[in-house]
Amino acid sequence: METPVLEVEDLSISFTQYAHGAGRRELPVIKGLDLTIQPGEISAVVGSSGSGKSLLAHALLGLLPYNASCTGTIRYRGQPLTEKRSEQLRGKEIVLVPQSVNFLDPLMQVGPQLARGRKNRKEKIRAVLARYGLGRETEDLYPFELSGGMARRVLISSAVLEKPSLVIADEPTPGLDGPSAKRILGHFRELADEGAAVLFITHDLELALTAADRVAVFYAGVTVEECPAAGFGCQAHHPYTAALWRAMPGNGFTPIPGSQPYPGQEGKGCPFAPRCDRRTEGCTGAIPIRREGRNYIRCVREGVVP
Amino acid sequence: MKHRLGFALRKLLRMALLLLGVSLAAFLLMNASPLDPLQTNVGQAAMGSMSAEQIARLEAYWGAGTPPLERYLGWLGDVLHGDLGTSLYFRQPVAQVIGQRLTSSLWLMLAAWVLSGVLGLTLGILAGANRGKWPDKLVKGYCFVISSTPAFWLALLLMMIFSVWLGLLPTGLAVPIGVTADEVSLLDRVRHAILPALTLSLTGVANIALHTREKMADIMEQDYILFARARGESKASIVLRHGLRNVALPAITLQFGSISEIFGGSVLVEQVFSYPGLGQAAVTAGLGGDLPLLLGITVISAALVYLGNVAADLLYGAVDPRIRRGAAKR
Amino acid sequence: MKYRYNRRKRTFLLLLLCVALLAAVAVSGVLLAQDAARTDFSIKNQMPSRAHLFGTDWMGRDMLSRTLTGLSMSIRIGLATAVVSAVVSLLLGSAAALSRRADHIVTYCIDLVMGVPHILLLILVSLACGKGLTGVVVGVTLTHWTSLARVLRGEILQLRSAPYIQVAAKLGQSKWAIARRHLLPHLLPQFLTGLVLQFPHAILHESSLTFLGFGLSPEQPAIGNILSEGMSYLTTGKWWLALFPGLALVITVALFAALGEGVRRLLDPATAHE
Repeated sequence: METPVLEVEDLSISFTQYAHGAGRRELPVIKGLDLTIQPGEISAVVGSSGSGKSLLAHALLGLLPYNASCTGTIRYRGQPLTEKRSEQLRGKEIVLVPQSVNFLDPLMQVGPQLARGRKNRKEKIRAVLARYGLGRETEDLYPFELSGGMARRVLISSAVLEKPSLVIADEPTPGLDGPSAKRILGHFRELADEGAAVLFITHDLELALTAADRVAVFYAGVTVEECPAAGFGCQAHHPYTAALWRAMPGNGFTPIPGSQPYPGQEGKGCPFAPRCDRRTEGCTGAIPIRREGRNYIRCVREGVVP
Repeated sequence: MKHRLGFALRKLLRMALLLLGVSLAAFLLMNASPLDPLQTNVGQAAMGSMSAEQIARLEAYWGAGTPPLERYLGWLGDVLHGDLGTSLYFRQPVAQVIGQRLTSSLWLMLAAWVLSGVLGLTLGILAGANRGKWPDKLVKGYCFVISSTPAFWLALLLMMIFSVWLGLLPTGLAVPIGVTADEVSLLDRVRHAILPALTLSLTGVANIALHTREKMADIMEQDYILFARARGESKASIVLRHGLRNVALPAITLQFGSISEIFGGSVLVEQVFSYPGLGQAAVTAGLGGDLPLLLGITVISAALVYLGNVAADLLYGAVDPRIRRGAAKR
Repeated sequence: MKYRYNRRKRTFLLLLLCVALLAAVAVSGVLLAQDAARTDFSIKNQMPSRAHLFGTDWMGRDMLSRTLTGLSMSIRIGLATAVVSAVVSLLLGSAAALSRRADHIVTYCIDLVMGVPHILLLILVSLACGKGLTGVVVGVTLTHWTSLARVLRGEILQLRSAPYIQVAAKLGQSKWAIARRHLLPHLLPQFLTGLVLQFPHAILHESSLTFLGFGLSPEQPAIGNILSEGMSYLTTGKWWLALFPGLALVITVALFAALGEGVRRLLDPATAHE
């Protein structure tokens, strides 16, 4: 087997937070996250908002805020990804495609923004923009003059100026209509076909299934499951994944009762247990990981077929 | 173009309204004063050297006979004809006194304005980009101490150190004593302006640095800074390329808004250094009951402050692409 | 856990310390008023010594007592003006927020006050009041109400359109109940912080005005007068007359500023976590 581009093992991220009056506490946001991505693969991380998925992207780029601390191991191409190493690699081998136009400097034109202050890049920028169907005139536009779809393509352009081997796309499609979103996702597939690994972070399971090869499901900072996208819904899943599947418009549109606990307010054991229709006594204890090759489910049961 | 013209007209109208209010308020305040200008020493001495016509005009303004509103309208009518009245203390037309004093103050204020602006912006960016670290603490400490220090005492302190103890710089006046105006060399002028300008700059820095720091710290939290870091830009590049660019807009407003503060500071500082500028003239006019002059200075300073704000608005529009291009499209 | 607890507590202790020090200065100034006025020509123009820490002036008056008396006066005037101007801010700010016509007038007044350099306005008001204490109090009040009034106006306007206030009104709560239960808890911290942050400015402006000769009369041992006298003796080498009283003034103002900062930090939920 090839060396995975990215291996994340038992990653936990917590924040130091000041509570009202009382004092300070450690607030765990991501707990025991496992994930691997092979080159040429799109791996989706699916979770509702507040599950800590964006933090994963920040951790990989070495951009966690100063009051966050991070344990566990991240390996990039087989070597530990230290903060120093990600600092050297970010923007070159590891790139980010952010969610919205807010991630562009509002007072700088697209061209200089893509050039990052380095000269002799005109040709390259022009070529990359052209690849995504953006003309020369785009270089002179300010971010507020870009339409939603254009902004998304500019953001992708900025990511692929160098030849990246890991593309982290953090919700790259919200606000786009169906065809535009498909088109953007198509661009990620192209990147994967060129040999890059794509980490696709989204809250939309349906979108993840159409775009990705593999899916990791996130709930309250825990990856409850990692499995292939093909055949999704026909195999045994974690109860949360199964519930997400049933909540999709094409599969019954059944909402999940209750709400995700806030960070730091989860009980012991499986964080989904309070909302789970199949919970048992064991759910509050240690939760075993059931592995099968690269796939795993974090549940006391074998998993359920939705 | 139509848009611009409308903007200019609106601003002018507002300025007229504001100056009208300022002059009326100042006039009424002076009018309420129990200190009768014509009875003060200055007033009486001045009247001795005035023509009968001038005295009659003065009494029309300040005498007890006419109702205040009528007197104000009389003053206003003269102003519209370009006559700001006659200074009792200097025995010259107010416009002339203000003109002379303003030129000597202007250098002082301009130097302080530029110096405090550049220094304040630099320190503010430095502090904001390193929030919580030692440069931030240092800058914050400096601003805290300076904003607790009255400008006039800082002036005294600098005078104590540089003029009295070290003997490096003169203690006061814009020119050496006993030298007529045309004999004064540029060097002398500069030497006499150094300490006042320094005092004004040092005090002015605090406000600008603190506000810039806040804006800069805000900017550093923005998504586009995060993305710039994710693209591998170095910290220096981020601060210079994105930080400076984005902090420039609020800095313009701040810088032009500081005119009022610098003017206020110059009143105190000029008094300490006996620097013959507009600020000192205001104090002299106030103490001597020279009401026409004080009124003139008040109106002129209000106009300066207002023009500063308008300049900030115009520059803002020219610099911010969202306004510049947005307006062009419309 | 422990560190955070200490930090909040530390802010509180710092506040107490500031208040204690300022109170001590204010009280000692009153007690030393007699001492400050006592002249003794046998000890005139003395450099600072153990007997006279701040030295003596040309009439042999003890500069330390004079400084404390002056500061005490400044503190009392500062307190009075800060309270008066904060109340004015509250009244005008809420009037502006509640009535459109009042809003126009108040906004124009704010423009007027902000349009003239403060020190000029202070001079004008002081002249109108015939100089002296009234001039200082009225002048500082008139120049200082604007910023807090703006903050309060904005806050009330924002609160009025806040969904939960509108829901409360729909649910039939009386205007008073809404004001007391929903507005007050938001406005009070802002008001108190604004009030305390006025202290240092009030003192600075009072001393500046007196220094220029428009404030308290020259016979009174106000800090502005002391420094003004100190200035005229500066060139003859009597540096202590201006140095120590000025330093004491700076420390007093800094204590008030620290007090304001502390109160803000304790009351403002946004920075309470910082």
